[in-house]
Amino acid sequence: MKANCWYGKHDVQVTQVPDAKIINRRDAVVKVTSTAICGSDLHLYNGFIPTMEKGDILGHEFMGEVVEVGPEVKNLRSGDRVVVGFPISCGNCFFCQKQMFSLCENSNPNAWIAQKLMGHSPAGLFGYTHMLGGFAGGQAEYVRVPFADVGTIKIPDGIDDEKVLFLSDIFPTGYMAAESCNIQPGDTIAVWGCGPVGQFAIASARLLGAERVIAIDRFPERLRMARSKSGAETINYEEADVYETLMDMTGGLGPDACIDAVGMEAHMPGLLGAYDRVKQAIMIETDRPAVLRQVILACRKGGTVSIPGVYGGFDDKIPLGALMNKALTIKTGQTHVQRYFRPLLERIQKGDIDPSFVVTHRLALEAAPEGYEMFLNKQDECIKVVLKPGMTTYH
Amino acid sequence: MTTYPTGESSRRLSESSLSVQRWRQDRGNGLSPQAFLQDINGEDLARFLGWFSIGLGITEVFAPGALARLLGVKKRPALFGFLGIREITAGIGILTVRRPGIWLWSRVGGDMMDLALLGLALAFARGTRGRVGAVTAAVAGVTALDLLCSEQLTDGVGRGGAIRTGRSIHVNRSPEEVYNFWKNCENFPRFMYHLESVRMAGDKRSHWVAKAPAGMKVEWDAETTQDIPNERIAWRSLEGSTVSNSGEVRFERGPSGRGTIVRVAVEYRTPAGPIGAAVAKLFGREPGQQIKQDLRRFKQLMEAGEILTTEGQPAGRARSTSLKFDASSRRSAHAKGAFERSEAFQKEERL
Ligand SMILES: NC(=O)c1ccc[n+]([C@@H]2O[C@H](COP(=O)([O-])OP(=O)(O)OC[C@H]3O[C@@H](n4cnc5c(N)ncnc54)[C@H](O)[C@@H]3O)[C@@H](O)[C@H]2O)c1
Ligand SMILES: [Zn+2]
Ligand SMILES: [Zn+2]
Repeated sequence: MKANCWYGKHDVQVTQVPDAKIINRRDAVVKVTSTAICGSDLHLYNGFIPTMEKGDILGHEFMGEVVEVGPEVKNLRSGDRVVVGFPISCGNCFFCQKQMFSLCENSNPNAWIAQKLMGHSPAGLFGYTHMLGGFAGGQAEYVRVPFADVGTIKIPDGIDDEKVLFLSDIFPTGYMAAESCNIQPGDTIAVWGCGPVGQFAIASARLLGAERVIAIDRFPERLRMARSKSGAETINYEEADVYETLMDMTGGLGPDACIDAVGMEAHMPGLLGAYDRVKQAIMIETDRPAVLRQVILACRKGGTVSIPGVYGGFDDKIPLGALMNKALTIKTGQTHVQRYFRPLLERIQKGDIDPSFVVTHRLALEAAPEGYEMFLNKQDECIKVVLKPGMTTYH
Repeated sequence: MTTYPTGESSRRLSESSLSVQRWRQDRGNGLSPQAFLQDINGEDLARFLGWFSIGLGITEVFAPGALARLLGVKKRPALFGFLGIREITAGIGILTVRRPGIWLWSRVGGDMMDLALLGLALAFARGTRGRVGAVTAAVAGVTALDLLCSEQLTDGVGRGGAIRTGRSIHVNRSPEEVYNFWKNCENFPRFMYHLESVRMAGDKRSHWVAKAPAGMKVEWDAETTQDIPNERIAWRSLEGSTVSNSGEVRFERGPSGRGTIVRVAVEYRTPAGPIGAAVAKLFGREPGQQIKQDLRRFKQLMEAGEILTTEGQPAGRARSTSLKFDASSRRSAHAKGAFERSEAFQKEERL
């Protein structure tokens, strides 16, 4: 079968690999009909997350048709149409039972690496480093889905792929980020980053009743999408000082909650940006936490900082003094996707939201390398790329 | 005392600088300090830190002025001299002692001291803040390395004599369920991958076959010495066993009924002879580590009903898994490595 594999920094290739097959008894094999490229994939593409190996199959946002199930998968059959959540979760451990699926204890065969680095290991993820399991991902014609009985949601016929595909990650991710803000009537929520995750955080903050949502980015088309699709007010951080503008907009109070939907590769002009770049380059800092610093400083006293953006390791100059003295609450984590499957599918079916609004590009699986380049460089106002195995024409 | 590397030690130095170079080159492929840590073993890293210590120490003793300028702090030769001697001592300790764990911990202590002093400098210096900040960050980076490395190396055991070790794990099942699974020792090879088989031979007796390096097998008989349902099982090997061993597993009900805490404690004693030496290295190098992994798999069996693996999945390379990172691939490689190391070790002993 064909699969999009990682071969190094800025090097992905669609190559012929052995077919995906059942390995464990709770596995299923899914024939992929749609798969997407995520901002998290860009962190791998840019070479910032350790423990990738040449030949790893990428991709953690995908859906398709079940073609084979292992003997212990009782709730799925060949022919079922499913979306797969990106964390691999057993459903039975302490964490899964508490619906903290991305913290599953039993899905990372390489837990010891993660444990060395972080004290404990989170769940294994599809196509996302060996530290997080080394599982082959879904940017492929077929994918093996471990613990398929827990990790999938069945999709009735008659709903387009693109409406439900993002149940695999970014819709629940944006939703959980907004839910973490514990939004009260009258609240103002500020969201840094208007990529796909930011867009869903903004839209979800609205769904959850935020009075004002302020979106921050520098790409006009992304800011435009935040305004037109979710009625956000916007700040272009290259044109205005973010802190001053936010204080001005809120009469000095600051936003009630701030969402960092940017993560470890924040773009930051000026001295502090250069400082992080240098330190990331000589590896005494793994991330560039420029947005996280801003978020903490701008947040209202007693407010909430919600961090869906991914961080990898060790960060410097995080204003813990501000965090502590302003009595802020931090909420973060890889998304507990399976927790949101049902409620969010219902919202889609009711027409509360149509997640396909973020899609700007549809390509054949074979065009994945071009897709990565476009998404990375925001070419052609690219916001979200969907790859379609089996699509015959592309470009 | 010579401060320049000669003979054996210069080979070591060039080796360690080689691995640093490899680390730099690999960066293009997305490797970072953590990947670098996985890539080399604790001893390579220890060697690197050892030389780092000596280098830093020499600078502190002999060029305190230059160092102070670099750091942007006040020149205090006496203080730097003291810090320098500490660094050199730690460095020599790390390079010369067979079990460098303790010396590495002294480096960690030292790093803390440096961090504290730099922190003070940061608070009081004017105009040089940027530089002091950067140096603090650099030392913090090394501290992280030190911590990881010390952890890697102190988890071993002394040579010869008995090896005692133990580990515990939380299992989200009742003590009754966990005990029942454990009671049937024929289940053990399902999660203790170094075992080939365990057969019950009568009510209390069992026969064990373990895999040893180079296709060898080690067998022994054991008997259950205590069996308190849902609480404790203890065993010991019978006299004349190649690997004399004993142990116990206890099942503690978790707080307010939250599953079970399983605690395993084991003691091994290995005999003389080549098999004994190989087995000693196999079990003895990181016995705690082995039990930890066994328990992890046990937990997966109990909770998830299976042990998830990536072996056999597709990939855009010859192997389905990564030899460098994947636990299952490393298992066989590690067993082989441990055996090779034991031979090298014996050669070194003879010299
Ligand atoms: N927690 C989870 O489970 C989860 C799931 C999916 C994605 N993520 C993470 O969410 C983050 C965003 O993902 P995405 O798909 O939207 O990626 P993306 O790269 O498309 O979006 C990032 C956006 O942040 C903007 N940005 C960069 N620097 C900024 C700054 N200083 N201020 C404001 N905006 C800035 C960029 O212009 C870009 O539009 C990534 O870190 C990704 O890894 C997390
Ligand atoms: Zn994603
Ligand atoms: Zn679980």
